[in-house]
Amino acid sequence: MSGAGSPSPSPQTVAAWGRLSASTHAILRPSLRADVPAALSRGANRCAVRGLGRSYGDVALNPEGALLDMTGLDRFMAFDPATGELEVEAGVSLGEILAAACRPNDDGSGWFLPVTPGTGYVTVGGAIANDVHGKNHHRAGSFGRYVLGLTVARSNGRIIHCGPDREPGLFSATVGGLGLTGVILAARLQLRRVAGLAVESEHLAFNSLDEFFNLTNGSEADWEYTVGWVDALATGKAAGRGIFSRARHAPNQRAAPPPHLPRLSIPATPPFSLVNRASVRLFNAFYWRSARSARRTEHYARTLYPLDGIGNWNRLYGPRGFFQFQCVVPKNDARAVLGELLGRIAASGEGSMLTVIKTFNDMPSPGLLSFPMPGTTLAVDFANRGEGTRALLADLERLTVEARGRIYPAKDAVMSAETFNAGYGHALAEFRRHMDPGLTSAFARRVGLESAS
Amino acid sequence: MTAKRIALFGATSAIAAALARIYASEGAELVLIGRSTEALEQLATDLKIRGAADCKTVVTDLGDAGNADNAAGKAWSAAGGLDAAVIAFGALPDQAKAAADSGAMIRAIDVNFTAPAALASALAGRFESAGSGTIVILSSIAGDRGRASNYVYGSAKAGLQAFASGLRHRLYKAKVNVLDVRPGFVISPMTAGLDRSGPLWSRPERVAADIRRAIDAGKGVLYTPWWWFWIMLVIRALPRFVFHRSSL
Ligand SMILES: Cc1cc2nc3c(=O)[nH]c(=O)nc-3n(C[C@H](O)[C@H](O)[C@H](O)COP(=O)(O)OP(=O)(O)OC[C@H]3O[C@@H](n4cnc5c(N)ncnc54)[C@H](O)[C@@H]3O)c2cc1C
Ligand SMILES: NC(=O)c1ccc[n+]([C@@H]2O[C@H](COP(=O)([O-])OP(=O)(O)OC[C@H]3O[C@@H](n4cnc5c(N)ncnc54)[C@H](OP(=O)(O)O)[C@@H]3O)[C@@H](O)[C@H]2O)c1
Repeated sequence: MSGAGSPSPSPQTVAAWGRLSASTHAILRPSLRADVPAALSRGANRCAVRGLGRSYGDVALNPEGALLDMTGLDRFMAFDPATGELEVEAGVSLGEILAAACRPNDDGSGWFLPVTPGTGYVTVGGAIANDVHGKNHHRAGSFGRYVLGLTVARSNGRIIHCGPDREPGLFSATVGGLGLTGVILAARLQLRRVAGLAVESEHLAFNSLDEFFNLTNGSEADWEYTVGWVDALATGKAAGRGIFSRARHAPNQRAAPPPHLPRLSIPATPPFSLVNRASVRLFNAFYWRSARSARRTEHYARTLYPLDGIGNWNRLYGPRGFFQFQCVVPKNDARAVLGELLGRIAASGEGSMLTVIKTFNDMPSPGLLSFPMPGTTLAVDFANRGEGTRALLADLERLTVEARGRIYPAKDAVMSAETFNAGYGHALAEFRRHMDPGLTSAFARRVGLESAS
Repeated sequence: MTAKRIALFGATSAIAAALARIYASEGAELVLIGRSTEALEQLATDLKIRGAADCKTVVTDLGDAGNADNAAGKAWSAAGGLDAAVIAFGALPDQAKAAADSGAMIRAIDVNFTAPAALASALAGRFESAGSGTIVILSSIAGDRGRASNYVYGSAKAGLQAFASGLRHRLYKAKVNVLDVRPGFVISPMTAGLDRSGPLWSRPERVAADIRRAIDAGKGVLYTPWWWFWIMLVIRALPRFVFHRSSL
């Protein structure tokens, strides 16, 4: 941290979480909020914004260009333990919020994140810019609903305070705004009170998508966290089998914040992907048999952050990296479309370990380009095997568009501008009005999201 | 014994701030000393929310050795005595400039040797009378052997290493430890502008966690991360005819 105005950029190789490419970026890492305007206006070149780099594709990349690393702005600014209102700099991670503001009281109750993605290693800025969702979407909606206000720096030097009732246009564009409407310096968030930080959870096997839908529909009233895992390699009679997990906070059950750094870490990238057809087949068969369990009380990290115990797990996919694909398809045909998508994946033989399905409710988000909509979402991961994998992704993309669904930019590395327009076209005209001409990203260029000037 | 009252001189340094957060999360009482009111206040607010029982700030220019006694006194009384004092401020000069311009060289040696040594001296008497505690001095692996690429900074840090060793010797009887911390390459504002990809670069949080353990263990010299101990062992042992051909 130094107040010495604008520091010099460091040339550094940067990859996104999917590690599909690694390229040089001129990194600027401001350590005071007051340093951001100078960093933004540095040079005529547009810059991209990056949090903890947990997006899989290219939303936070700008190869050979400038990249503003926001993780140096990681201070808590205010917290009121009586109301749960928290103000933080944009580079504070969700894990740090859990550690600082979500400690259990004597009766086990406490403040908790109203919405969290499947990892605590994301920044508040990143969570807002992708308007992330969690396993409680059916009850809570997306992250943006809990943002009370934002402080945004624009490349023209202005600092703007916005929120649902103040500069609402810029606010709606910035929630889910993919880092293209201004740099979020700070955010005010409303935490949620829970009667117990620990959760009560159970894992049930299902043998078909129909069973999944019955389980999830029957659980949504009483269980705040629900998600299905599908054995993506299962075909024939076994197709659509999986494990349905549901959880809810358990009154008076304590859970201290999880450790800050993973206990284990993958130290280096193996020369080839350890995630291959054979290992996925083994994993899926094993998980299908062993994951089911009776109701138990456990730490929320086990339910919400199953992968956070292993650092750099993305290296297991080898030097070529891996793709994620996540789409949401509208409620009415969700079952049929999901069957088609899963059928196509199973037929391709490209195994996916982390195949997840979840229903979204109609809780509106303030974000113009917010990803969730009422329907069912499917997330899958594929080791990058080149042409074959890309062909499969193109098929999944086509099926999504045909079903009037959309693809999640946080996970995407390949969708076309047409697909992006099909999914988000309803809001693009309004969004473009708020784009900051000083900001860009590889994703923005790929999907044709360049601002006018 | 776990330190409960900790003063950080150059508290805005990335390494010091990371260490302060570790102690804050355990409910320690902290005193932050530095030259920017705004940066210190922002950090103090952060540390209180992260759990610090108290967090006071002292604004002074530590780069000026003449302020050392005053700074030590204010920090000491702010917490009513200290269990640990961490001297973290320092600056990496432009070696080419420092080699060409004696004024720049003297300023680099002042901020990296004279001022921290004066401060350690001013703290020493207070810890000695108290009969316990740890003085932590951030030197650097750069002090282990003078190299063409940064011998001005390196020699100031080498001076600090010798100073720490002597002070440790003196304070041994008073049961006060002096910990000489020698970090390797750390991603912080000091190293902005350098290419920081590659396996030798560490995060300040990692270095801070090592320092925290070394304070508790009463260590004298800490290489952090640990592998720098072996790297520097080799670099110190390189015969001159090999060393001179390298571009370290
Ligand atoms: C294991 C794992 C599980 C995940 N599970 C989920 C999940 O369940 N649900 C879900 O929604 N997502 C999930 N994600 C995706 C992740 O939550 C998002 O990609 C999130 O945005 C990452 O945040 P980040 O801090 O790493 O931001 P980055 O990936 O670095 O950046 C993301 C976007 O935010 C922008 N941005 C970052 N900081 C700022 C700022 N200060 N101001 C303006 N723009 C900014 C960037 O420009 C970019 O567009 C998961 C990711 C992983 C690795
Ligand atoms: N980073 C590394 O790779 C590395 C390696 C080995 C050793 N070290 C040593 O570790 C210590 C901490 O380093 P860091 O990486 O955490 O550095 P940093 O984040 O850049 O912080 C440097 C600190 O020194 C202060 N400072 C710099 N110049 C000053 C001056 N002229 N007068 C007064 N204060 C001044 C700064 O105050 P402001 O915030 O007010 O500017 C800041 O508190 C330093 O002693 C450094 O030499 C660092």
